[in-house]
Amino acid sequence: MNRMSRFNVTAIALGFAFLYLPILLLIIYSFNESKLVTVWAGFSTKWYREVWNNQGLMDAAWVTIRVGLLAATVATVLGTLAALALTRFTKFRGRTLFSGMVYAPLVMPDVIIGLSLLLLFVAAGFDRGFWTITMAHITLTMCFVTVVVQSRLLSMDRSIEEAAMDLGATPLKTFLQVTLPVIAPAVVSGWMLAFTLSLDDLVIANFTSGPGATTLPMKIYSQVRLGVTPEINAVSTILVAIVATGVIIASVLTKRREVQRRRDEQAAFAQ
Amino acid sequence: MTKLSNALFNRLVIAIPYIWLIIFFMVPFFIVLRISFSQTAIAMPPYLPVFSLSDGWQGFWDNIGQLSFDNYIWLTEDALYINAYISSLTIAFISTCLTLLIGYPIAYGMARAPTSIRPTLLMLVILPFWTSFLIRVYAWIAILKPEGFLNQFLQAIGIIDDPLIILNTNIAVYIGIVYSYLPFMVLPLYSTLEKMDESLIEAAGDLGCPPLKAFWTITFPLSLPGVIAGFLLVFIPTVGEFVIPDLLGGSSTLMIGKTLWTEFNANRDWPVSAAVAIILLLVLVIPIAIFQNAQAKAAQQ
Repeated sequence: MNRMSRFNVTAIALGFAFLYLPILLLIIYSFNESKLVTVWAGFSTKWYREVWNNQGLMDAAWVTIRVGLLAATVATVLGTLAALALTRFTKFRGRTLFSGMVYAPLVMPDVIIGLSLLLLFVAAGFDRGFWTITMAHITLTMCFVTVVVQSRLLSMDRSIEEAAMDLGATPLKTFLQVTLPVIAPAVVSGWMLAFTLSLDDLVIANFTSGPGATTLPMKIYSQVRLGVTPEINAVSTILVAIVATGVIIASVLTKRREVQRRRDEQAAFAQ
Repeated sequence: MTKLSNALFNRLVIAIPYIWLIIFFMVPFFIVLRISFSQTAIAMPPYLPVFSLSDGWQGFWDNIGQLSFDNYIWLTEDALYINAYISSLTIAFISTCLTLLIGYPIAYGMARAPTSIRPTLLMLVILPFWTSFLIRVYAWIAILKPEGFLNQFLQAIGIIDDPLIILNTNIAVYIGIVYSYLPFMVLPLYSTLEKMDESLIEAAGDLGCPPLKAFWTITFPLSLPGVIAGFLLVFIPTVGEFVIPDLLGGSSTLMIGKTLWTEFNANRDWPVSAAVAIILLLVLVIPIAIFQNAQAKAAQQ
C-alpha cells in the first residue's frame, strides 16, 4: 500500500471540490424559500410543488423520457452490432469509412450534427417532432454505445466463442448464448450512457424538433435565458438525483457481479 | 442452408449499423455541402435551387448551374465570421490548456491513490459527466453573477469591496469549459498514468534524480498519449461549443457555434449556416483525423 503525498491529496480534494461545489449549491438553493436564488431565506419545498404543477415542464419531461427510452434502446442494438462488426470482422469493404463514421460523432460539434440532420429531414420531407429527435439521438448515441461495448468485446476471451462454434453453434446462437452474457454489463452501461446523453441534449434536439415536441433541456434553456429561477434549480435537482441514483445502483450491481464472477472462477479452479 | 444463414447473420451485423450511419451521418453531410452552394430564398425550404426528381436530367443540370461559391466568398468578406473562427480556436486552445493544467494533478493524484479507493475516485470523476451539461453550466450563473456566491464569499472575507464582473465575459466561458470538460481530460490521463510502472520513478530517485526532474523526464513523456487524447477530446467539441458561450459569455464573446446558431435560428439563412458548418468541419478535420487514428489504434491493441 503506497502512502499518498500531501500534494496528491490536495490535488484530489481541490479537484473534487471544484467538480461538486457548483452542483451542491444548486441543490441547496432549490430548497430556498426566497425567489432570489442567491439569498438564503429559509427551507422550503414549494419550488418542487411549482414544478409538479407546471404543465409545460411536465409535458416536456414526458417527451424527453419517451425519446430517451426509445433512442437508447435502438442505439444500443445498433451500437452493439457496430461494435461486433468492428471487432469481429477485421476486413470488409468500406471498413475505414465505417470506423470513421462511428468515431466522428464522438467529437463532432453538436451544432454540425444538428444542422446536418435537420437539413436531411427537410430534404426528405419528414414532419419534424418526436420521431426526428429520436432518430437524431439514435445516431448520436449509438457511437458512444459502440465504444463502450467494443472495449468489452476486445478484452473478452474469444476462445469460448470459438469453442461454441466448433461445437456447431451458429453465429447467431453463439452471439446470444455466449457473447451476449459476457458483454451484458457493457451493453447495459452503453444503454445508460445513451439514455443520459439523450436526456441531456439541447442543441441537436433544438435543431431537429418541430412545433409539437419540446424536450426538457429545450424548456430549461428557454427559461434560463430569462434568468436563474428556483424552479429550474428544483428541476435540475430532480434530474441530478435520478441520474446519480441510477449510476450508483448500476456500479453497485456491476461490482457485486464482479465479486460473484471472481468467486465462481475461484470455485472452478478449486475443483 | 445453415451456411447461408450464417453468412447472412455476419452480413447483417455489418450492414444494419452501416446503412444507418450512411443515411443519418454521410448523406446529411452531403446535403449540407450541397446547400452551402445554394442561395437564400423566401420559401420553404428557404434556399434555391431545390433538387427534385420530377425535374428530370435537364432540370438537374439547370440546378447545378445555379450553385455557386457566393456563400463562401461572403464568409471571407465579412470579418465577423473570420473573427468568430479565430476567436473560437483561441478560446478552445486556452481553455483546453487550462483543463490540462487542472486535470493533470487530479489524474496524477488518483493514479497514485491506494488501489482500494481508486474505483470510487474514478466514479466520482465520471458522475458529473452523467449529469446534464446544461444544468452544470446553469449552476455557474448563480456563482459568477455580480451578486452571486463567489462575490458574496470574496466580499465576506474582505478580499474585494466591489463585486467582480465575471459573468458574461470570456473568463466565465473559460471557467465553464474547464468545468464541463474536466472529466474528458482526467479520464484518459488517469488511464495512462495508472498503467505506468512506478519503479521507473523509484529508480530515478535512487540514482539521485530530484522528483521534479524525474517527473519531466519520465512521467510526463510516458503520459503523452493520455495528454494528446485528453487534449483532442476537449479541444474539438469546444471549438463548436454553443451552450457555454451563450449562457456564460457576453455579447462580445465570439464563438462559431453561437454564430451558426444565430445565423440559422434568428436570421434563417440556411445556405450561409451550411457554409459556416462546412468551414468549421474543414478547420477540425485534422484534429478529428488524429483522434480517429488514435481511437482505431487503441481499439486494435
